[in-house]
Amino acid sequence: MKRLNFLWNVSKNFFTCGIIGLTISDRYISIVPIRGGSMSPTFNPHWSTSVKTYSGDRVLVEKLCLDKYKFSLGDVVVFCSPSNHKEKCVKRITALPGDWVSSPYSYDAVKIPDGHCWVEGDNSASSLDSKSIGPVPLGLIKGRATHIIWPPQRIGKVEQTIPRGRIDF
Amino acid sequence: MNSKLWSDLVKEAFDKTLIVTKFFCALHLTTTYVFTPAYVFGPSMLPTFNISGDYVLAEKISTRLGKVGRNDIVLIRSPEDPRKIVTKRIVGVEGDDVRYSLNPERDDTFETIVVPKGHVWIEGDNKYMSRDSKNFGPVPYGMIQGRIFWKVWPFESFGSVERRTI
Repeated sequence: MKRLNFLWNVSKNFFTCGIIGLTISDRYISIVPIRGGSMSPTFNPHWSTSVKTYSGDRVLVEKLCLDKYKFSLGDVVVFCSPSNHKEKCVKRITALPGDWVSSPYSYDAVKIPDGHCWVEGDNSASSLDSKSIGPVPLGLIKGRATHIIWPPQRIGKVEQTIPRGRIDF
Repeated sequence: MNSKLWSDLVKEAFDKTLIVTKFFCALHLTTTYVFTPAYVFGPSMLPTFNISGDYVLAEKISTRLGKVGRNDIVLIRSPEDPRKIVTKRIVGVEGDDVRYSLNPERDDTFETIVVPKGHVWIEGDNKYMSRDSKNFGPVPYGMIQGRIFWKVWPFESFGSVERRTI
């Protein structure tokens, strides 16, 4: 009887921790592993496809910015890929609604429509980003990466670098 | 004696806070993963929903599993303003040919488009007064917030939302 009681208490505590943890990770802050080299040198600077043992950086993602959907230039965001909703991408915002960007395939400038943004990877050589998929709706954004927390020698803030190559009018 | 009183008080306060926290967490998880109430208003979904507003229930499970398809009424984040959530009917899923007219009241010219991968084509039931995919094109599936399955209020229309065939 005592043992049953003990089991009941343990499972109750597990359940409590579970729902509180899930709520915090849904609404406030969560940890996301980064795979791939599209954001190097900010994340995964030594990423290569040949080294399988290298596990990616872990970053802290805050979700409070989703209340107002206010982002600034240079923010690193996590968003659902527009062509596959199960896949998450991490890229840097390089233009906000109303800005103009130069399109890589023509010599025109493209205006970002309302409620969209232009995202690019820091490693422009190997990155699938707005240059190929076009502007991304802000509604797909799931959070903003603020800090790198793993590996220990790379702990630190994610900097908002000002993107280059933007046209100002 | 006094210190025992204090420790009891602290324990009591902690327990009460924990109960309230647990309640709100459970509420959050239910509205995020199971179902959520929603208030739907505006002219774009006439005659399915009233212009003055209906209370409905939207479930989140089929959205998460990717089972939302043609003819389902969904809550979807507006691509033009991410703070707004709109109610529309899915007319086409990825790979479908969609035929639509830009100005339904003026002319009968139609245009055909193939919905790209991972996107849906949404339209309001009232095609004359609806801002939908005719204006902003196909919308990524990831913007869908839930599928409306039950009308709660007004009381006369209490019941499941029927799947209309187009």
